[in-house]
Amino acid sequence: MANKNTIIKIEHLSKSFGDKKVLDDINLEVRRGEFVTLLGPSGCGKTTLLRTIAGFAQADEGVISMEGHDISAVPPHKRPLNTVFQRYALFPHLNVYDNIAFGLKLKKVPSEEIDSRVRKALKMVSMTDYEDRDVNSLSGGQQQRVAIARAIVNRPKVLLLDEPLAALDLKMRKDMQMELKQMHSTLGITFIYVTHDQEEALTLSDTVVVMSEGKIQQIGTPIDIYNEPVNSFVADFIGESNILNGKMIRDCEVEFAGHVFECVDKGFGEQSPVDVVIRPEDIYVITNTENAKFTGVVKSCIFKGVHYEMFVETDKGFELMIQDYNAFEVGSTVGMLIKPSDIHVMQKERTCNSFEGVMTDSTHVQMLGGEFECQETGLQAGDKVTVRVAFDKVELLDYKEDGTLMGEVHFILYKGNHYHLTVLTDDGDNIYVDTNDIWDNCDLVGINIAPKHLRITKRV
Amino acid sequence: MKRLFAQLYLWLLLALLYAPIIIIGIFSFTESKVLGNWTGFSTELYTSLFSGGAHHSLLDAIKNTLTIALIAATASTLLGSVAAIGIHNLHGRKRRIITFLNDIPMLNPDIITGISLFLLFVSLGVSQGYTTVVLAHIAFCTPYVVLSVMPRLQQMNPNIYEAALDLGATPFQALRKIIIPEIRPGMISGFILAFTLSIDDFAVTLFTKGNEGLETLSTYIYADARKGGLTPELRPLSTIIFAVVLLLLIIINVRAKRSAKRNQVM
Repeated sequence: MANKNTIIKIEHLSKSFGDKKVLDDINLEVRRGEFVTLLGPSGCGKTTLLRTIAGFAQADEGVISMEGHDISAVPPHKRPLNTVFQRYALFPHLNVYDNIAFGLKLKKVPSEEIDSRVRKALKMVSMTDYEDRDVNSLSGGQQQRVAIARAIVNRPKVLLLDEPLAALDLKMRKDMQMELKQMHSTLGITFIYVTHDQEEALTLSDTVVVMSEGKIQQIGTPIDIYNEPVNSFVADFIGESNILNGKMIRDCEVEFAGHVFECVDKGFGEQSPVDVVIRPEDIYVITNTENAKFTGVVKSCIFKGVHYEMFVETDKGFELMIQDYNAFEVGSTVGMLIKPSDIHVMQKERTCNSFEGVMTDSTHVQMLGGEFECQETGLQAGDKVTVRVAFDKVELLDYKEDGTLMGEVHFILYKGNHYHLTVLTDDGDNIYVDTNDIWDNCDLVGINIAPKHLRITKRV
Repeated sequence: MKRLFAQLYLWLLLALLYAPIIIIGIFSFTESKVLGNWTGFSTELYTSLFSGGAHHSLLDAIKNTLTIALIAATASTLLGSVAAIGIHNLHGRKRRIITFLNDIPMLNPDIITGISLFLLFVSLGVSQGYTTVVLAHIAFCTPYVVLSVMPRLQQMNPNIYEAALDLGATPFQALRKIIIPEIRPGMISGFILAFTLSIDDFAVTLFTKGNEGLETLSTYIYADARKGGLTPELRPLSTIIFAVVLLLLIIINVRAKRSAKRNQVM
């Protein structure tokens, strides 16, 4: 049963553009008066989700309900919510006053009331005395203020904001963030805010929804999202972090970077592979190497204003990013300590690639849109199989034509001593690769897998 | 020296281009029946052009030309604007195909358009006259309106239509209150273009006017010339038409310049 406090409820929402799933089974509840941020890299589906809530886009499946009523089929002009668009979308042929009064005039609000409400809205966004100005003569920041006034003057139940500050310069953006937060608490309206800027999301929101590839990765308060990321994507996307492969020895004991550490996480089982996240500010650097948990050599040290950012190579060959108020000389050996509570352990999403394929003969398998040679399996053509390939056994080639398959580097995660890449094939499958080579996002690569590294089991 | 030649060449070219119209203009202010004889300044031809009398059919032709142009320009502005909005909302292949189909009639020689419309009307058994001329003019003017409205739509912020819906406007209200004001300059340019094209047309009109005696200015002049000798009143008429077209062109250009300036400010 829906909570009385819930204003918007989204259930099993999915949408595809052609073959690409832009929204994949989205479930989300927004409480009345909440400031919710949809956060993710471009193309993660956050804007599509917002447009679906506003009614500009239709979902293929799923239900959006508002105060308990299904609004999936309600056209945008009948939904009791208003949008602030990224590029302002003011009406160029109307002045500031008429832009803001547009919605009220359509609702046939008496003109004295329109007048007082427009003035109040202008005051709210600190734009008093701008009524008669041509909107084209305003600066970006002023236009955005008018756009916000145009939306809030209608007293919507929910205000949708689509990267409203993305086109402003840094200083203006910071000021507007504070004003938006102020406005949110004064008006008591529910805000749903879309941004790709993690800092903005953490600053403004009550709840952050981290999205990637059309899926919700994590929903939580800014503090939860920062301190307890559920997977390596969230850890990497929110703030700076060191993400390393680790092994849970037993409860409260984890091994990574070649050392065993005490931690506070439990319930992962014994000897199970995990991902370990350590924020750069949580590693303590000391000059006294004897009292340290482990040691390393400072590779670089850059002044960042409040702190110094250092890269340290540990005694076991892992590179760590560390933020500290003190500078340490490049080339010097330092000791490091990590508090058990600052070590965050995450379940590994996967430990090896797993693909579904079909045998074409006993030594060839068709999968991922290509044919791969494998060792003699004794299976027959047409047998359905599962193929497993270790991350470090996938070979990436500079020339995409040289590979059995072509792919595009999609997501890069540095794991201290190697890179963990997500490579998107032409057919839309993901292949995960561990490599020491440096690739860039969006590089086109050829993909090869040696026959002996394909581990094939028949599916029944 | 080189610059002098360049200047000379330019002026020579302009003189050649404008000599005929200037000569007609000058000789419209004399009474002589034969073009080329100057019998002193007079506005007699202008008076006789508008007082009608002997040249009743010429006045009829002017009236037909103007009413046909007005109806055709209005209808094609409406059709063309609606079509442009439709095309603007198409994507990818569909849009390229429709844009291409819209371009063909403009590149097609008038004579082909005229003949094909003639054959169409004949095969449909429509008796030709005023209506068929209007329909034909609408047909060849509409693509030009589409062409002049499209850039306005492309310049428009794609979100403003959605913003209108978001603020509670029905799709029709959004069209009327937001889209139309945005594309109005393009519609006006398109209307003026359609109007001049319609007045100017000869080939299409000739093939679609039927044989009930309907004449527009261009067909009237053509028939008149074939009868032997041009009516002297055509001289002032040509001068007036030229002046009007010149004025319209100046208006179009000033408008284009103004909107370009406005966009620069934005």
